[in-house]
Amino acid sequence: MSRAPSGQRRATTRRRVATVGVALVAAASLAACAESQRGAGGGEGGTFTFGAAGAPDGFDPFYASDGETFRVTRQITEGLVGFKPGSADVQPELAESWEHSPDGKTWTFKLRTGVKFHDGTDFNAEAVCKNFQRMYEQTGAGQNYALSYYWIENFGGFSDGKNPSLYESCEAPDPTTAVLHLTRASSKFPDILGLPSFSMQSPTAMEKYQANNVQAQGDSFIYPEYSRSHPTGTGPFKFVSYDEGNGTIKLERNEEYWGEKAKVKELIFRIIPDETVRKQELESGAIDGYDFPNAADLKALRDAGHNVQVRDPFNIMYLGITQKNNPALRDLRVRQALAYALDRETLVKANLPEGASVATQFYPDTVDGYAPDVQQYPHDPAKARQLLAEAGVPDLTVTFYWPTEVTRPYMPDPQGIYNALAEDLREVGITVNPVSKPWNGGYIDDVDNARADLFLLGWTGDYNTPDNFIGTFFGSTDNRFFTGASPWGQELADQLKAADSEPDEAKRNQMYQDINRKLMSEYLPAIPLSHSPPAIVTSSEVEGLQTSPLTAEGFASVSVSGQ
Amino acid sequence: MLRYTVRRLAQMVLVVFVLSLLLFAWLRSLPGGPVSALLGDRATPEARAQLEADLGLDQPIFVQYWRFLERAVTGDFGVSTGVQRGTPALEVFLTRFPATLELSVLALLLAVAVGIPLGYLAARKRGSWLDNLSITWSLVGVAVPVFFLAFLLKFVFAVQLGVLPASGRQDAGLDATRITGFYILDGLMTREWDAAWNSFVHLVLPAIALSTIPFAVIFRITRAAVLDVMDEDYVRTARAKGLTSMVIRRRHILHNAMLPVVTTIGLQTGALLAGAVLTERVFNIAGIGQAVALGFERKDFPVLQVVILASAMVYVLVNLLVDLSYALIDPRLRTR
Repeated sequence: MSRAPSGQRRATTRRRVATVGVALVAAASLAACAESQRGAGGGEGGTFTFGAAGAPDGFDPFYASDGETFRVTRQITEGLVGFKPGSADVQPELAESWEHSPDGKTWTFKLRTGVKFHDGTDFNAEAVCKNFQRMYEQTGAGQNYALSYYWIENFGGFSDGKNPSLYESCEAPDPTTAVLHLTRASSKFPDILGLPSFSMQSPTAMEKYQANNVQAQGDSFIYPEYSRSHPTGTGPFKFVSYDEGNGTIKLERNEEYWGEKAKVKELIFRIIPDETVRKQELESGAIDGYDFPNAADLKALRDAGHNVQVRDPFNIMYLGITQKNNPALRDLRVRQALAYALDRETLVKANLPEGASVATQFYPDTVDGYAPDVQQYPHDPAKARQLLAEAGVPDLTVTFYWPTEVTRPYMPDPQGIYNALAEDLREVGITVNPVSKPWNGGYIDDVDNARADLFLLGWTGDYNTPDNFIGTFFGSTDNRFFTGASPWGQELADQLKAADSEPDEAKRNQMYQDINRKLMSEYLPAIPLSHSPPAIVTSSEVEGLQTSPLTAEGFASVSVSGQ
Repeated sequence: MLRYTVRRLAQMVLVVFVLSLLLFAWLRSLPGGPVSALLGDRATPEARAQLEADLGLDQPIFVQYWRFLERAVTGDFGVSTGVQRGTPALEVFLTRFPATLELSVLALLLAVAVGIPLGYLAARKRGSWLDNLSITWSLVGVAVPVFFLAFLLKFVFAVQLGVLPASGRQDAGLDATRITGFYILDGLMTREWDAAWNSFVHLVLPAIALSTIPFAVIFRITRAAVLDVMDEDYVRTARAKGLTSMVIRRRHILHNAMLPVVTTIGLQTGALLAGAVLTERVFNIAGIGQAVALGFERKDFPVLQVVILASAMVYVLVNLLVDLSYALIDPRLRTR
């Protein structure tokens, strides 16, 4: 439903209402008035209202790890590095350039000049170091996984030295030069600095509103004032308010922004947990866009004139295999039999959205170290049966877990995907015992506790490095696949660590290619299935939204006409 | 009367205590937990173990419960892990409760305002077209699920006709002042008339949807009670005494027919809270109904505990008030 000019809209509205009833006439005219007050002028002004799927976990990106929080903080704060619009490639953001020492342990960043935080504090090398020291010196509740997830996953330990840390120190030889010292080289650098968690925030505001004052209360923690109502960055939008009772977050354009200023004057996020409700809100014109529309709705949304933009896939869905309880699965031939049994081409065509593709390895080809010549597993039931017979388990029995009450960007239809795969396995004589559980109602628990022989899971990349995918999956032997049960589990973890620590990029990519080949021919700890492109939808009046494979869209370029 | 009230309040404390114990154990016996919800597909066994320890979920259940009690006594009911992460659970409840109360009260007022007069009229004109139509309407009200009706109302009036807001409590652009969290009241108190009106307009559809079941029940009870009373000897006596029909209706029929109706209204609070869960979902109202739904989805134990216990207290309190008002209406009960 496109929005007519408010005057005309009001007239047609009234005509319709005449048949509805007197009480509603009053309501209608008011609704129409409210409608006409929304935003003023198009292009350089107005309001962009986005339907968020969940409430943010505070507004301090350092203490957050979920997409809904980052969607908001990404508009407010910026990192030393950013990502090129529409890709996962690193580009300068608050740092104009950088270089690293030959051993990969010292990183020198030349900073952009004349940048100020929203509270007027200067952005300079000293501010950079204060930020990193603040992250490194977390204590108590601040070291909780639920808070500092990205720091722990990417940098490891803190300044108390309990666990080894990738971070060593930071120095500011002059206002425009920040030097970060690492304890070892890491392939993650500088990409991780583009993660929202490591973005730069005003040291003044963090001190004033006690950003580190996460209070452990009982078994949990309470976010400090800074995180709840004073996030201060350098980004194109400034934080205004969060109305918890009404579920709305309000940001306004930063008029002193160093780059190209935001097109809209106001950016509003409305928290709408129910997907159907988000769709209706878009149809009624109350919101201008929302993320991850249901794959089944894409056609209807397009037919109604909305813009459905499909991102490049930057994720992986795999069939997980746990070697712990079923010794047969420790035999490579059995795992290969599973791979040959699956008809992944048909799965992608029948159960996944447009633009999805079969995965030949554990990450998409846009990521470094992708090997074009890995061993392939085309659908070949005869070969599968033969391998099972050779392994001495022609009548293999497996428990196969799939999640209910959830869709993930990489897994839009768990039940349909399970049905297709289970059918393929039965075809080669494997007995499949299905177990379905709600995502938070036992599924993840059981998978993590190795109760599932086979399970469906996946991953959306945070940034463009192999380590973010395969390092996360297999970097230790204590993982969901229980690779520690096989002699190669430790070997694989060691190789991943060695590759991650290799400062020479060409050599590093070579190492990752080798790992990918081995993963697909010698190890096969799980079976890569597919890459699915997640969609984002906006109304026909929205222009300038540049999608990102990392789902890291900035809304500064967005304009809304017809307001 | 006072002793009776005190005794009832003591009972209430006991009920809430027993309920807290059962609720605590039941929530933790469900599969899954907050750790899966917090970490999801990013969970590693190591992260999971650390987080379980941080949240104290690795302790024996009675130790967990004892800690919960120790803190609850000081007013600390834990911190939300999923609904509104990092916010004290009690604060989550207090922020959201006004939304649900505002909606429920409006729905109940609507149900009473329509149900009682209609029930009375239907009884007085038994067998007429009005009577039959009202009965049919009330049957439909009970039969059609709240969820479906809410959806239908929203689709017609908000999505298709666009005459009423589709969801939420207030337009985000209004910048209204918040005092009590009851948006209509806040608007009236601060004289921000447009904000008050805007909140009211947002409540129209959800209140209609939520009022259907209480309306149907109140209507039918009123109708039955009036029919009963109309045949009583004292009404006939009153007529014989030559009292005006006005006096008879007001003093004899309505007054006596109201007893079961008041009880019914009290009993509707439970139905309203249950209906609010669905209504709030469809109309995206950040109330306690939505908190319960999200709490279960994300296994947010602290929020579920506070919301369910507080709702139980509200329910018990309302029933106490109903019993006390009973005594006011019916003098025979006061001496007991």
